[in-house]
Parts: sequence; structure tokens; C-alpha cells
Amino acid sequence: MVNVKINGISVEVEENSTVLQAAKKAGVHIPTLCFLKDLNETGACRVCLVEIKGARALGPACIYPVSEGMEVFTHNKRVLAARKNTVELLLSNHNKDCLSCARNQNCELQKLADDLGIREFKYQGAYRPVTFDDFSDGIVRDTSKCVTCGRCVNACAKIQGLGILNFIDRGFNTKIGPVYNKSLADVNCMQCGQCINVCPTGALHEKEEIHNVINALHDPTKHVIVQTAPAVRASLGEEFGMPIGTRVTGKMVAALKRIGFERVYDTNFGADLTIMEEGTELIERLQNHGTLPMITSCSPGWIRYVEREYPELLGNLSTCKSPHMMLGAIIKSHYAQRKGIDPKDIYVVSIMPCTAKKHEKNREEMKQNGLQDVDAVLTTRECGKLIKMFGLDFEHLRDEQFDEDLFGEYTGAGVIFGASGGVMEAALRTVTEILTGKELDDIEFKAVRGTEGIKEATLTINDQEIKVAVAHSMVLAKPLLEDIKAGKSPYTFIEIMGCPGGCINGGGQSRVIGNIRNGFIDIDWKKERAKALYDEDAIMPKRKSHENKQVQELYENFLGKPGSHKAHELLHTTYEKKDRFNF
Amino acid sequence: MEKLNQSSLLKIKEIVSKHKDEPGPTIMMLHDVQDALGYIPFEAMEEIALATNQSVGEVYGVVTFYAQFTTQPKGKHIINVCIGTACYVKGAQLLLDRILELTHAKVNGTSHDGLFSVDATRCLGACGLAPVAIVDGKVYGDAEKSGLVEKAIQEIIACEGGKQG
Repeated sequence: MVNVKINGISVEVEENSTVLQAAKKAGVHIPTLCFLKDLNETGACRVCLVEIKGARALGPACIYPVSEGMEVFTHNKRVLAARKNTVELLLSNHNKDCLSCARNQNCELQKLADDLGIREFKYQGAYRPVTFDDFSDGIVRDTSKCVTCGRCVNACAKIQGLGILNFIDRGFNTKIGPVYNKSLADVNCMQCGQCINVCPTGALHEKEEIHNVINALHDPTKHVIVQTAPAVRASLGEEFGMPIGTRVTGKMVAALKRIGFERVYDTNFGADLTIMEEGTELIERLQNHGTLPMITSCSPGWIRYVEREYPELLGNLSTCKSPHMMLGAIIKSHYAQRKGIDPKDIYVVSIMPCTAKKHEKNREEMKQNGLQDVDAVLTTRECGKLIKMFGLDFEHLRDEQFDEDLFGEYTGAGVIFGASGGVMEAALRTVTEILTGKELDDIEFKAVRGTEGIKEATLTINDQEIKVAVAHSMVLAKPLLEDIKAGKSPYTFIEIMGCPGGCINGGGQSRVIGNIRNGFIDIDWKKERAKALYDEDAIMPKRKSHENKQVQELYENFLGKPGSHKAHELLHTTYEKKDRFNF
Repeated sequence: MEKLNQSSLLKIKEIVSKHKDEPGPTIMMLHDVQDALGYIPFEAMEEIALATNQSVGEVYGVVTFYAQFTTQPKGKHIINVCIGTACYVKGAQLLLDRILELTHAKVNGTSHDGLFSVDATRCLGACGLAPVAIVDGKVYGDAEKSGLVEKAIQEIIACEGGKQG
């Protein structure tokens, strides 16, 4: 242990701590901008500058190691002036159109400028050339807002192992972008949006579709239906200042009904349907020596990744569409038929924790008779904006229920799809019961739960041993994929999600600010959001997808049985090898 | 993008396998590719990325960071003019302007016929000889007055068929 003094306050900290960690222990908050714990520890932005007694220059607290007897001043005259100057210099080259910026009012740079009392733009000078890239379906990159902090660079490299975004050129001309400064649409980007989630400014954000949705709502010829993914309810409240992990299912439904959607459905119905199809597919592969391990296909970011990085494993993918695409396809066929509406007049909106789903809905494979299964995808953040635009007092809305006609019922198995391991657990609940013909004693497969690392489990079904694994993020998935490629994978079934922790931490979820990611505010955001979903599962009267009555009815009245010809036509899809670079 | 010819691809593979077990191989590979092909083609960045367990984006970051690497093919003959402080004071800009006129190239660019690339460089460490220019690796000191650089360029043009007129 080492003794240091922060602004005269004595603290004892571990030997290899940084000044920033010591300050936290002393109850002193040093502002940071580029710093992200475990992800981006470079000391590049100089916002966290502090004075170390005896040192000639100010040092960056985020990476400055403590030593015995060190005295640090975090807010004296010299430090405050330098810190303010640093931010003023950052602003000199920044596109300051804050009023029309996607990050207006939740920007980390804006907050810093306010916290430091910046009231004038002290430095007026040259601006570096700007790249504005909105060609990809999910992610917009605007270098005029970029502070070149490098958070996105490291998120892409360390979470997904892709390293698509990188520093280009040097000095004043430095920008962050893909190779040749190309569009994200033309490189091997999976559109997961993890870069968006760590960006402190408006340089990276989702491609917004809010106004398309509002236009559809105001079009009298359109029958507009909305569905919400399970993970959204665990994060949407954050857009309204509610604590992380607050489950807002009822308020969300109430808000969407007031906005004017004809129907508000839960994608969980689609999730239950997915389990029926995917479970049947797994059983068939097990019994007929099909390609194993089978890998889940719910995460469109993961699908984009595998099509570009591991095309030789496309046969291992389940052919099932993701839950919201399944529900979209059923709405535009069965629902349209039952309600006597021309599918052309139906507009399906999906509220998703995901930016890759914005791409998924545009895929050619996701159309029937030229009509998209889903017309618009809004992120959780966009949903929050939509609710604010319609002037609703979200926090005080009284809870309402999802619409109950045709697709109203859902089980706990559907809810947990939003957390890593959830699809696996939901599938195991159904597959085990179908194969053994017996009811499970304990339906909670705790070994596949959790928000960190690869998870695995071994279970015995009818004397046959089955090994399963769960990975979330491509860095975790890669070793599993290499094993399959080498023909030595011990697994029968693998769940892969594009984002760490699963959809609850998707690229479309509420932003988790640096102060939480860096542990200055003690909240494990992934765990809290996952808990919200597992809690909802635990209180559901039905917790197994095959017990969903309305899913059973859908098969009786429309689809036939799981895996039928009609089910394949509407609920399954195909994949193809894609070029990593399109130039 | 235009496909790279087979001999260049083989050359890239040879360079990459030569350096891949050395420490910090990226820069060495890039230097050799730049020397061999006159620029860093996309295929080279892909090969280097694969061999060094980096992404193409990371390799591209290195390529654009250092001025000696280019992603556009270089001309057949390369002229460097130092515009460091000492050379600049001794008239490097006048020399550079005359060279650009003779070669029909732009600063840090390549002439249309692909014959010349002209780069304005930082200090070459030969300030005593200012101003300094390098033509195809040969260093010329006191180059503003001597007229030897201009002579060398004219000789190249004559040798290559006199297209520059």
C-alpha cells in the first residue's frame, strides 16, 4: 500500500493505482474525457491534468501512477486554468452546432464545457476537413464532432477484435475512420454500435428513422404496428433519468399507445416463435446428423460478422430469422389476412436495442412479395426521443398492457432473450421437455447466465450428453469459431450475441456515461439490466415458449407445425458469403 | 479497385514472410514494400495485417502516419527537396519551384506520365550543404546555385524519351 495526499486529504491506495483511482478514494472527482477503464487508457486528451508536487509539468491523472508520499492538487489555480484551456482548444476545432446535434443535452464534451465554465470560444482558427458518412444502415460517422479520443478505436478492437476504426493521418489532420477513410458500409463492420456507445460526442450515432415513423403515423392510409424487444424495457427508463435496471414495460406500452400506434406488441411473442422453430431445427439436426454445433442467428451484428469473417461456418447457423423479423413476417401475412388489411398498408416499427437491426430489416432475404417484413427500426434512444416529442410525462404514466389479440401472450423464455445466455436457456427449456417428454424440475439454467466471459454447460438429455456454450462479443466468440473450423468443437449448440452482455448492452441502448463505465458511480449496468429481465421471467405465469397458447394457435390456424413449409417460407432465411471490403 | 498484378503479389508475400518473425515487423514490411513497388497497395496492407495479427485499419493508420509511405503509386524517379529551416533560408523554395516546373509534378505528387514524384521533405540532417535535394538517392548540396539538379532532371527526361519537353 502507498500513502498519498489528494488536495491535502490522506489516502492509502494499492501500489499500482493511478492518481485518478486515489482521487476517487479521497472523494475527489477529476473530470476525464478520453479515459475508459480497461478500454482506452492513453492519457491523450489531457482533460484530467493534475499538479503533482515536485513535478515540472502537470500530469494526466488517469494513467499517472501513485508513489509513496505523493502530493496531488486536482483543482488549484494552475490545474483549473490548464484544464479549461485544454477543452477550449478541443472546442476550437469542433463543430459546435450543439442545438441540432444528435447528442444535444447528453454530450460528454458539452457537459465538460459547462462544468468548466466555458463562456466564450477563445480560440478561433482552422478546421480540419470533414468526413460525413451516413451510407451504412445503422451508424453515422461525422468527423466534425470527433475529438479523436480513441474510445471507438479501442472498443472496436478490444470488444469485437475487428479494429475497423483507426487513426488516419497525423497532427492537425488526424481523423478516425476505416481504411482509406471509406464508409462503414464498405468495410467489414458488423454495425453493432459499440463504438456509438462509447463515443463522448455526436461523432458516432445511429442513423435515425424517427421522422419516417412519424410520417407513417400521420399517414391515414397506413396501419402502423409497433413491437418492442425484451432488452428495451430494461434501459428505456434511463432516457428519462430513471435508475439503470428499472423495468418500464407498462409505461413503455402506455406511451406507445398514446403516440398512436394501432397495435403495441411484444417481440417476446416472436422470441417464443423463434424457440419453436430453432428448437425444432436443433432436434432435427441432432436426430438426422445435421451440421453441428448449431449456432443461434438472432443477433444481426453477429450475422454480418460471420458472413464476412467466417463464411465457411454459414452452415452452422440456424436458418431462423430473428424474433422481430419473424413477428414482422407474421404481421404482414397472418395478421393482414385476419384483419382484412392489404399488407402494403401495414407499417411495422421495431423498437430495438440494436443498430445492426437497422441493416437487417433492409436485407433482400427479409422481404415477401417485395415488401419488407419490418419497415423501420428505432433504437431505445430514438424511442425515448419519440416519447419526448409527443410530450408524454413518461415517469408518471400508468402501466398498460400489450395488445392481446393474436400475438399478445408471451412467456418468461421470451423475456430473457435480451440477456446473454437467454436464448440458450429458453431453447434448453423447450428442447429438453420435447425430447424427454417430461416436465423439467428446475427450468433455470444458471450456468449460462452472467454478463462476463464465455459460459458453458453440459447436460444429459435421454442419456445423451450435450455440451453448450454462450459467447457475447466477437472477441469471446472467436476461439469457439476457430475450434469449429478446426473440427474440434465439443459443443452441440452455441449462442452468440454481437454485444458484450447481450442485447441489454446493445449499440442502440441508452448511453452509459464514462463516469459509470469508469466506476466513479458504482453500478454494474449490464448486470442491473439483465436482472430486470430475469426478474420479469421469474414472475411470469408461463416460462416455456412451447406453452405459449397463442403461439400454439398460430401453428394450428396458419403455419401448420414448427418447421413446416409455410414456416420456412416466412420464418427462416438464408445467408451468403460477403466480401470484407467493397472497393 | 484495380487488381494488383501477380508478380507484385508474390513480391509482397516474399517481403511479409521475410520479416514476420522479427520484432516490430510492420514498419520493416512497409519499408520493403514501398521500396519494391513504389507505394503500399491495399493487398500489401491485407497481407501485413494477417501476418502481424492486426486489422487492415491499423496498418493503414501506420501507413498514413509516416510521410515516407504512400498509397498512390510513386513515379519512376523520385526527387526530394529539403525545406527544413536552413535549406529554406538558402532558397529551397526557388529550387523546388523550378523542379516542379521541369517535372510537371505537384508538391508531394506524381507527374501525369508517371516519370517523377517530387516530395518536399523535412530536415535531411545535411544543413551544412543547404539547400539540399536528392534525385533517385543521389544527394546534391548547394543545389539552388549549382544547377546540377536541373541538369540531372533534364538528363532523365532525355533518357526516357524526352516527353517532358
